[in-house]
Amino acid sequence: MFDGLDGLLLARIQFAFTVSFHFFFPAFSIGLASYLAVLEGLWLKTGKQIYLDLFKYWIKIFAIAFAMGVVSGIVMSYQFGTNWSVFSDLAGPVIGPLMAYEVLTAFFLEAGFLGVMLFGMNKVGKKLHFAATLMVAVGTFISAFWILSVNSWMQTPVGFEMGANGQFMPGDSWAAIVFNPSFPYRLVHTVLAAYLTTAFVVGGVGAWHLLKDKTQLHARKMFSMAMWMAAIVAPIQIVAGDMHGLNTMEHQPQKVMAMEGHYNSYPDGAPLYLFGIPNDKEQRLDYALGIPKLSSLILKHDLDAPLAGLDTIPDDEQPPVFMVFWAFRIMIAIGMAMMIVGVWSLFARWRGKLYDWAWLHRAALVMGPSGFLAVLCGWITTEVGRQPYVIYGLLRTADAASPLAAPAVATSLLAFVIVYFAVFGAGVWYILHLMHKPPHTGELGAKRGDKGPIRTAGITPGLTQDPTDATTRDLSGTKHEPEEAP
Amino acid sequence: MSIDLTTIWAFIIAFAVFAYVVMDGFDLGIGILFPTFDPGRERDRAMNSIAPVWDGNETWLVLGGGGLFAAFPLAYAVILPATYPLIIAMLLGLVFRGVAFEYRWRDPGHRRLWDFAFTGGSFVAAMAQGMTLGALLQGIEVSGRAYAGSWFDWLTPYTLLTGLGTVAGYALLGATWLIWKLDGKGQAHARKLALRAGIATLALMGAVSVYNVLLNAEYAARWLTAPEIYFAAPVPILTAIVAISLLRAVTKERNSKPFWLALLLFFLGMAGLGVTIWPNVVPPDVTIWDAAAPERSQVFMLIGVAITMPLIIGYTAWAYWVFRGKVDDEGYH
Repeated sequence: MFDGLDGLLLARIQFAFTVSFHFFFPAFSIGLASYLAVLEGLWLKTGKQIYLDLFKYWIKIFAIAFAMGVVSGIVMSYQFGTNWSVFSDLAGPVIGPLMAYEVLTAFFLEAGFLGVMLFGMNKVGKKLHFAATLMVAVGTFISAFWILSVNSWMQTPVGFEMGANGQFMPGDSWAAIVFNPSFPYRLVHTVLAAYLTTAFVVGGVGAWHLLKDKTQLHARKMFSMAMWMAAIVAPIQIVAGDMHGLNTMEHQPQKVMAMEGHYNSYPDGAPLYLFGIPNDKEQRLDYALGIPKLSSLILKHDLDAPLAGLDTIPDDEQPPVFMVFWAFRIMIAIGMAMMIVGVWSLFARWRGKLYDWAWLHRAALVMGPSGFLAVLCGWITTEVGRQPYVIYGLLRTADAASPLAAPAVATSLLAFVIVYFAVFGAGVWYILHLMHKPPHTGELGAKRGDKGPIRTAGITPGLTQDPTDATTRDLSGTKHEPEEAP
Repeated sequence: MSIDLTTIWAFIIAFAVFAYVVMDGFDLGIGILFPTFDPGRERDRAMNSIAPVWDGNETWLVLGGGGLFAAFPLAYAVILPATYPLIIAMLLGLVFRGVAFEYRWRDPGHRRLWDFAFTGGSFVAAMAQGMTLGALLQGIEVSGRAYAGSWFDWLTPYTLLTGLGTVAGYALLGATWLIWKLDGKGQAHARKLALRAGIATLALMGAVSVYNVLLNAEYAARWLTAPEIYFAAPVPILTAIVAISLLRAVTKERNSKPFWLALLLFFLGMAGLGVTIWPNVVPPDVTIWDAAAPERSQVFMLIGVAITMPLIIGYTAWAYWVFRGKVDDEGYH
């Protein structure tokens, strides 16, 4: 399957594959944790059952997504060492402490309070439980803070000194390293992306149930909340993304050149290409279709501003353009579509048709998973766009890998592909299954178990109609009284 | 041997590894023992006894790995490529084990499959962790700042022994945890398992110790010559005392005592390891000072540890307290 690929390329494919899979889960759980905190807060404040029902509906989904995020995240924390040992050795003194802070201030917080959040409502009382939910939500944000600081430092490395042994050493200010030039922009853009991703998932699920029954109160509530989020956050995200792009142009100009498909320099106004097939070999954009001077207007706020192209960059310092160019366009298109849905929902709300406009619901349903595609494309844009460097301008990706033989990496890559598709495929299926059922009054939370401690009133749907389980119990010779029916 | 930052960091990493080994150790041990429990209520209770805490327990593994990366980047960059297949196997094992907690409740039709994933993942992770320890103890070939050995250096009779020892040890922790958390039939079953796992653990610990002393002259010197022997001797003596108390306790105690004794046994094993490899972090050639991050990195992280660790221990203890007591029909309510 991987014949003819060298160890370096295999290691890159493995990292890209595992990090892409992993990124889906936090992109969802960062937003969902906050949504759960909002729902529980509203329930405590208003006492309305509908918020508790929605909380319990979404917490089941959260539990599965969070478990997938945890197990795929542990893979990431070890993969720096297994496959990128030269990078780990050289960059460890600078980025290692930031990652240690992520563990200390975020992972423990999330994991420590997750058990209480999922199973502890009846044990600790409402207020402490709400505090636990808040801690989990805050933890997801702190985690994003540190890991994006690490990523940003690799994109815009500052505040370091070179050690005699070739290691990157911290300079006298950790603040300079943590708050490196691209970090604030990347943090805002990524966290907003996570909120939008979640908003569209929630909106899509609400729309799905409204299409089946537009009087469903829970579906109405979640759809309305999600559409507020879309209408407010999508435009903010477009502004934030623009600022992030300008910051990238300042610090990583060739990434922006690749995003724009600008192989050539434009001394008096650069076009905005809407379509084209990047051709790195010939250094030109084939079948290009563009709007004259618009790129200069967007990037320089001046129609005639000159823009340098990849012709000013040596060939061995250029990123591969095709992936960056198209990933960027897909992300932008989704961002625009999100804003359109948001504005449409405002119009529908004003006309009093928010719950009656089937086409709006269909559009929201189609847009349900779009956030995942957008974050993936954004990630590809920024990560492929900084190639051929892993620490921008300083350490090439080709010089950062572990001394591993290609067959060893090929084997592990194959194992990751099989296991991830099987295991996370099953998890996504379970999530879709939960989403397919409408939320209802008296929703059960994440509690589970037959007669075990972790359950509420004794209703355990699904567990009772399990023929295999019943048979095995009989075979084991143990006598249990029949479970009560749901 | 003055107390410097590097020494402090070596102890912090050792603490994280120890915390991981005992806390996720009982989770993995329950996974390993899972098939011996009756499908249905007994398995549900065994799993429910760890469902609220396993994620926090596993986080110590990330601290151990992340802390090693940050405090001893060279060691991280050498050990992980040297044990590549083991680390990948452990990670994939932990994937199956971790998702099984959620999936088995969501999909009763395939519960047997996810129970198998829970056990298989736990066993593979435990075995891989034990073998990684063995690969480290038997020595890793380093040239310059990189691993210089070959593909399968990690696969030897010795590493198989340390792998099995870890599996048995985790099973012991899991069984003693279940003695504490279960009662009735489940507890009686856990007693039997704890006795067997305890004997297996002690036998394998003994075998590994003998192997160390017989096959490695440097390790033998540490354990068998003066003046080192005066520091080292209490470890096996205390181990023998704890072992006898443990084997007695598992047959009659009905609460936490067997678990604490098993934990003490692990602590002594860990202390023995410390005596064996100190001051190396990658035997035989790389000391903790060779591998240490610069002082600025150490100080910055030490501030973080000093502030957060008491809080982490505090809220982790609270989470355990919330779910205290026996797991049974009436418990927890």
